[in-house]
Formats: sequence, structure tokens, C-alpha cells
Amino acid sequence: MRLAEHVYSTVSAIRSQLLLVEKVAEVRMGEIVRVRRPDGREIEGEVLLVSGETVLVQLFGESRGLDISATAVIFTDSVKQAPLAETVLHRMFDGSFRPIDGLPLFVPEAWAPITGHPINPSSRARPQEFIETGFATIDGLNTLVKGQKLPIFSCAGLPAREMVAAILKNARVIEAKGESGGGFALVFVALGLTYHEYAFYLDAIRAMRSDYAAFVNLADDPVVERLMAPRFGLTVAEYLAFEKGRDVLVVITDMTNYCDALREVATAREELPGRRGYPGYMYSELASLYERAGRIKGRPGSITMLPVVTMPEDDITHPIPDLTGYITEGQIVLSRELHQRGIFPPVDVLPSLSRLMQQGIGPGRTRADHRAIANLLYRHYARGRDLRNLEVIVGRDGMSEADRGHLDFAKAFEEEFVQQTGGRRTVGQTLDAGLALLRRFGFDSP
Amino acid sequence: MEGKITGIAGPTVTLAMPGLKMYDRVLAGAARLFGEVIRLGPEGAVAQVYESTRGMGVGEPAISLGKPLTVRLGPGLLGAIYDGLQRPLPEVAAATGPFILPGSQWPALAEERVWAFVPLKQPGDKVAVGEPYGAIEEDGTRHFLFADQAGTVAAMASGSITLAQPLAELVGGGTLTAAQEWPIRIPRPWRRKFAPTTPLITGQRVIDFLFPLARGGTAMLPGGFGTGKTVLEQAIAKFAEVDIVVYVGCGERGNEMADMLEEFATLTDPWTGRTLMRRTIMVANTSNMPVAAREASIYTAVTMAEYYRDMGCHVLLLADSISRWAEALREISSALEEMPGEEGYPTYLASRLASFFARAGMVETMSGKIGSLSMILSVSPPGGDLTEPTTQACLRAAGAFLMLDTGLAHRRHFPAINWFQSYSLYDQEMTAYFGKEVDPAWAGLKRQTHTLLQREEKLREVAEIVGAEGLQDADHLVMHTAARLRQEFLRQNTFDSDAFSTPKLTLEKAARLLDQHTAAEARLARGDFLTDILREMA
Ligand SMILES: Nc1ncnc2c1ncn2[C@@H]1O[C@H](COP(=O)(O)OP(=O)(O)OP(=O)(O)O)[C@@H](O)[C@H]1O
Ligand SMILES: [Mg+2]
Repeated sequence: MRLAEHVYSTVSAIRSQLLLVEKVAEVRMGEIVRVRRPDGREIEGEVLLVSGETVLVQLFGESRGLDISATAVIFTDSVKQAPLAETVLHRMFDGSFRPIDGLPLFVPEAWAPITGHPINPSSRARPQEFIETGFATIDGLNTLVKGQKLPIFSCAGLPAREMVAAILKNARVIEAKGESGGGFALVFVALGLTYHEYAFYLDAIRAMRSDYAAFVNLADDPVVERLMAPRFGLTVAEYLAFEKGRDVLVVITDMTNYCDALREVATAREELPGRRGYPGYMYSELASLYERAGRIKGRPGSITMLPVVTMPEDDITHPIPDLTGYITEGQIVLSRELHQRGIFPPVDVLPSLSRLMQQGIGPGRTRADHRAIANLLYRHYARGRDLRNLEVIVGRDGMSEADRGHLDFAKAFEEEFVQQTGGRRTVGQTLDAGLALLRRFGFDSP
Repeated sequence: MEGKITGIAGPTVTLAMPGLKMYDRVLAGAARLFGEVIRLGPEGAVAQVYESTRGMGVGEPAISLGKPLTVRLGPGLLGAIYDGLQRPLPEVAAATGPFILPGSQWPALAEERVWAFVPLKQPGDKVAVGEPYGAIEEDGTRHFLFADQAGTVAAMASGSITLAQPLAELVGGGTLTAAQEWPIRIPRPWRRKFAPTTPLITGQRVIDFLFPLARGGTAMLPGGFGTGKTVLEQAIAKFAEVDIVVYVGCGERGNEMADMLEEFATLTDPWTGRTLMRRTIMVANTSNMPVAAREASIYTAVTMAEYYRDMGCHVLLLADSISRWAEALREISSALEEMPGEEGYPTYLASRLASFFARAGMVETMSGKIGSLSMILSVSPPGGDLTEPTTQACLRAAGAFLMLDTGLAHRRHFPAINWFQSYSLYDQEMTAYFGKEVDPAWAGLKRQTHTLLQREEKLREVAEIVGAEGLQDADHLVMHTAARLRQEFLRQNTFDSDAFSTPKLTLEKAARLLDQHTAAEARLARGDFLTDILREMA
């Protein structure tokens, strides 16, 4: 521990948001520095690399106005920490944890490093408590459980926003079912949103009337803060979940903006680019966020993550959705075709998957017949979808009666089961609707 | 030896400490984080550090332990759960809570646990290096203890012992203890290696029947996300007919490990009836744990696997996923500013992988026993693209290629092993073995299965052009049987009672389906109606 802050005015180079400082005597990896501009204003930065007495600093803001001779760099001897207290709830902050709701910062009860520490795998409790979202395609066929990370894979122009808003509205059911007692809380992290999108979410959050904390980085806010906002959000989530016993739902939108920020910063650092210019460590980087979801044995509380990922060019093999899919426990995939046919939510259940569904459904959790109904719906819909290709070639009249039955089933499934104009359904209603559909087509036996 | 830190870049630190050797183990910084020297140069020694370097300061002290990274080998490994550096995760959690804090050190084996020791040597006997001098009953496995030095036994313990106490004294002063250290990057030696001769029974019909694996062989399991790599590896870890399983969760999900731990504590080994965990060692270095430890994790695991192989056990090492290991290697390489090869991977990726694969095999051990070490490694190709460097490097070394198919997975056909693209180089020998040991019809039925699946594919193409109406009755029958083969035989749901099949049951199932097909063909030839035949078959 150093006794006082060190001040250096030995900046030797400034390049985009990077600063090279020379002759630094003692410095830590990840140490926070304050950079004082000639006009006296300060911006924060973080130590990226140390080589002998030369230090590379990443700035958390614009380098505009900095100059080599008159800039002072103050080394603070601490890594980035988040202030913590339950009074973080009902508050809004920017990507650097500064209040943006006009109120002063709350009084912290604790501080924690924003990178967190990995959960010991042997301390994890297996996620198995059902969360009802109100959407049949999720609750019935891709069930979400507490402690899971389940992204929504969207495409530009698809209503992921409306889906998330609806889930937020209905997510209170977690509270009703929660055994842990700490109650429910939402941590909302907005990354690179336009003001218009942000305003939409703001209304949704206010409408849900449950506890929340929001971290908002808008499209014109500093890119580096886009990389920090989710870490602040998750550090708060860990505090609320594992110290205060709450079931925390973390909604992050849009992770594609996060990855693009990562690429931008990596390029500025002249790092070697990987696939499509994204850095080679993007998998580990994303995992360091997503793996903070979970439950811990012997403690109440949970962190469930629902990130939104917009697939560039509608391409699921693009590195962003691809690496996300390799880390998360499934994915909810939206389809442009369903959307164009006016179906909401436009969830394509075939590529969608919840990997933790097995544990979350069945007697005592949802209903004894849940698995059977889900399997049948899936099987017959998949068959119907396969046959659509054939229909294009040979025409409906060239198909057998059985095949035509499957075609009709697939259509009805999309228009009646997937489509939810009537608002939310309970899981019971979802399963009943599925069963009724199967019966109508005579598909209700295995 | 002492020195200090002069530079930090990602997971690597530069040290001013003269006299360090390559691969020496160091403790770096005030938090005493584990590291390993990976480069020596004019700028100093560079060590890869096994924990997050965040908060580490330049000028902080570093000390050298003067020896390479080792694992501790001895009784108590079975049932343990380690991180990539062999730190016992449950013990670390009990001591420091549910989050892993940097700098926590913990002994890998319970030093005070009492074991029943049976000496195999008496005072006056000579003992050679690598020779067993005693044995311990470890959860149903006969755990041989090997001498790490030669000499003549002066005194020998027997009965209740602990790892801390010397078990044998040698004339002239040396002692033998139950546990020993072994450097993870150096393969444990063997006398002779054999070509694999016996199958590694996985309990998965599609593998055992169509693409059989061998004891001492290697297999790669590439597939995009969600194609079932982890579920398949875990199923094999549960059901494989082997003595010991070492499972490495290498850069994958924490919840998966929790799930597996819970299951393995309650399920039993179908071959012996003992609790699965009693034959299993787990190494869990999840994706959010330090990358450098991820790089080490597969070596930690394979060294423990070799140790049991040396006792004459059949050991299976499963790693999920080797791609995450390769990425860790890439991260370290890029922190070292090495010249990158394809997609940024270091140019030595393929040779490192090849030497890792080479640690598998069926061997005669140093003490004359026959043991085997088999490997099944999952591969996670970016975007499912099999031309990427890690997949290609594995392809050159692996004995079996079990390709998981996104199309099958989307149709919920699991295990999603593609029956056209996959292959096993052990096929001929193992099919001959099954023909001899299970049923002479094995090879014929298998050929017939392949043929039917291929014909189905052709017919499907035809049907897409002319419509199903354009097919002959015999073609319809083929389509029908092939569909049944896919759905009832190749498919195996891990979550129900069909999860595991013995070779005998596998063969019976195939025979039943194919015999029905042959009978139906004969009836068609006699002029019976297809609809009648199919109705009666159902
Ligand atoms: N044999 C099986 N039986 C039933 N379901 C299966 C089987 N294999 C896979 N699945 C289903 O597929 C899902 C994904 O499988 P898994 O987690 O093994 O994929 P993966 O290939 O390991 O993906 P990733 O690369 O992202 O880790 C499982 O959660 C399960 O729902
Ligand atoms: Mg997996």
C-alpha cells in the first residue's frame, strides 16, 4: 500500500484513448488513475500494461483537450470498485456509476471490485426453480430457471424490446414464488441505446413497480463506459443476490454494442484482431460477465441474466451470437419471417433452447405433463416445418394427407400457440393451449 | 531465490530474478500468485500467472520455488474436485467462501486422512524406481504406491497410515511416502505402447455400433454450440466401461459442473454399482476462472490419469472443451507478443496438441502392468466452421472423429452424431472384436445399417424432386426402416432410461429392426401390400 497518491506529469504519448506515462515508480495492474487536463478537469483511466517504468493507461473518456506537457496523471493505488447499499434501488446511473436522476450518490455500506471473483464451481447450486415469463414459447418450450443466463437473439428491427418489456412486466411472478424472502430486484443495463429506445425501457421499468437499479450508457456516451456499465450492474446484482438474498434479474441490452465497443477499444490498443476484427479473448471476456449468473449453495438469492443480442446481418454464426451461444445456457431466437407475418413474439422455437429446462419443469415445479406436451409440440412442429420445403416443390396437392395435417399443425402452432395477442399466459394456460392444439390434430399421443 | 516484478501484461509478468530456469514455478507479488516461467530473455524472465493479475504491482517481490509445476499424486484423488492447478475446490470453498479469491493455496490431498496400507515388500527386499512397494484400497480401486527412489527396504509400515508419514525406510536413509509430485508437462513413462485392441464401451449405441472407440484411443467431438458435446461427454463419463474417469471442464460453464457434481454424487457406475464419484476425478476450470490455469488444467488432468494408468487401470480422460484450452494458449501467446499463426493462434498449437494426444495409449507400465488411457475431447469450432485451426490440428491427431451436427440437434436428434461424416480408425479391429465377443452378426448388421441410411438419403433427394408418390414400395420400406433406425436406435435420450445400452442390447435392438426389415422385403417380393406390412410391423 502506498501512503499517498502519486502524481506524474511524464506523459510521453497520447493516442485515441490511450496514454503512455513514463518513469512511474510504483503502479498496479488495473489501478485507477485520474488524469487532470490543463483546464483542471479530471477524467478517469485504468492501468492496462506495465513495462518497467512505462505505463499504458486506458482513459474512460475523451482524450480531447489533453496535451503531453501539461497533463498530470494521478495514480490512486486502487482498482475500480463499486459502491454498494440497498439504497441503490430505484436509482439510475451512467456507465461510470454517477447518478443521472438528479439525486446525490447514496451512502455506500460496502465497496467491491467491479470485476468480481469467480464463483467456486463446487459452491454453485444447480438452477432449477421455474421462472414464469408469460410467454408460451419460453415457459412451455424453453423454460427459464433462476440462476440461468438465457439471451434473446434478435435481428435489427425485430421487437426484442417489446418482449423484454413484457417480461419485465410479468417478472414479478418470481417474487410470488420466491422462497428466499429477500424479494425480487431488476438490474437494468442499457448499452449504447438511442434515446428513443432508452425512453421506451424507462417507461417499462416505471410500469413494473418493483425494485430496480439502472445503469445507462447511451449511444453517444463514452465507449469505454460501455465496457464498465455491465460490471457495475453485476457487482450490484451480486450484492443484492448473495448479500441481501434477493432474486435478481439482470437485463442487458444490447450486448452487440458491448462487443463492438470491445472491438473498438482493442483496435485502438493495436491488438491483434481475431474473427471479423473482434479480439481473440472475446469468449473469456463475455464469460467473465455471463458466468456471474447463478445460485450459491446455502445462500438465498440468485442472479438470472436475460441479455439481448442483435445478430449482425441476421447471421447466427457471427462471432457475437456464436460466442454468446457457447457461453449461455441456451438462447431464444427471434425470426424475421414470423415477425413479417405479424406474429408476436416472433420466437422460432426450433433453434431456440433452454438447456436448464430439464431441471425446472415437471411435477412440483410446473406440471407433470409438461415434458410430454413440450416434446410433442416440438416434434410435430419440426415435422411441419420440414414439410414446408417439400410443399414449395411438389405443391400441397402432391402431398399425403398426413403431411398436409402436419403443415396445418405448424401454421396453427405459430398462429395460436406462439402468437400471443391476448397478453400473458400462466404456465398452466400455456400447457392447456398446447394440449388443446395437439388434440385438435390428433397428435396427443406419444 | 528472490527477485521482483518489473512488468505486467495480461496473464504474464516480467521478473527481474537471475538464475530462473524455464518452467520454474514462481510465487509472484504480494498476493503470492502462482506462476510458471515460460520465457527467458534480455528483458528478464516472463512467467504466466495462474490468477488474475489485477491489483498486482510493479516492484512487488517474487520468489522462485526452484521446481516446475507439479501435481500431487497419491490416495485421495478419486472423488476430488480440483481447479486447473489441482487446488481442491470444496476445501477452498470451506476455507474462503463461495467466491475464489486470488492467492488461496490448499494441499491437493488430505494429508491426515487414514488409509489401510498393505506392504508388497518386506525388510531386506530390493525396490526399483517405479516399482510398487505397497497398495491401498481406495474406494474400490487397488491403489498401488510406486517407489520414487531405488534401494533396499530397511523398515516397512503396515495397516493404518497417513500421507504425511514415511511408509518405508531404505537402507542408507531414504524414505518412501504414499504421495509424490510429478511435473504436469512431462508424460509419465511406460515400457511399451500397443495398438488398441479392445473397445472402449461408451453405452451410446451410435458410437459403440457405428463408430467404436478403443481403449487407449482418442476421439474428437466437434460441434457448434448446443449440439450436445457436454451432455454426450457427461453421459460417457457416467456409463463408459472403464476403471477411472478424469473429467476436465476446461473453460466451460459453472452451472454444468454443479449439475454434474450433484449427479455424480448420487448415481452409480452401471458396471460395478459403486457411486460414480468414487471412480471420478473432476477438474473444473470454468470460463471465468483465470486463463493461464485453464491452459494448465488439461495437463493437471492427464498427469493424474496417467498415474492411475500406471496402476494397471483403464482410464478415460474427457475434456470439454479443448478449443477453450487453445484459446488460453492464444491469449498467453499474444501477451508474449509472439508471431501469430493462423487466426492468431501460436504456430506451435498443432505440435502442442499432438503431444497431448500422444499421452493416450494402451501401455505396458514401468512395473509390467497393462493399463490404458483413452481420451475424448470436445471441440467448439467458431461458427461451426470445421476448417478452423483447432479442429484441423485435432483432426490430424485423433483416432475417431464424431461430428456433431447442428441440423440434427435442431431436430432434437441426440446424440447428434452425423452418420455420414463421422469415422473411427478403430472400426475394423473393434468390429472384429464385437463379432467375436458379442455376436458374429455384428459386422453384417452394421453394414446393413450404413447402407439403409445412405439409401434413405438418396431417396430423400429423389422424393424432393418427384414427390413421395414417385417412389416404389420397396423405397418406401427403406425410408420407413431408416426412420426407425434413426429414431429408435441411433437416437438416445440421456434424460430417460434409454440413456445407456450394453453392446449386447445394442446388437439385439439393431437385429430386431433389421430382421423386421428383411422379413418385410421378402413379403413385398411375394406381392403383399406395403400398407398391410407396415401396419403389422407397428
Ligand atoms: N443425448 C441427449 N439427450 C437429450 N437431450 C440432449 C442430449 N444431448 C444434448 N441434448 C440437449 O441439447 C442441449 C445442449 O447440449 P450441450 O449442452 O451438451 O451442448 P454443447 O455442444 O456442449 O454446447 P456448448 O458448446 O455451447 O457447450 C442440452 O441442454 C439438451 O437439452
Ligand atoms: Mg458444452
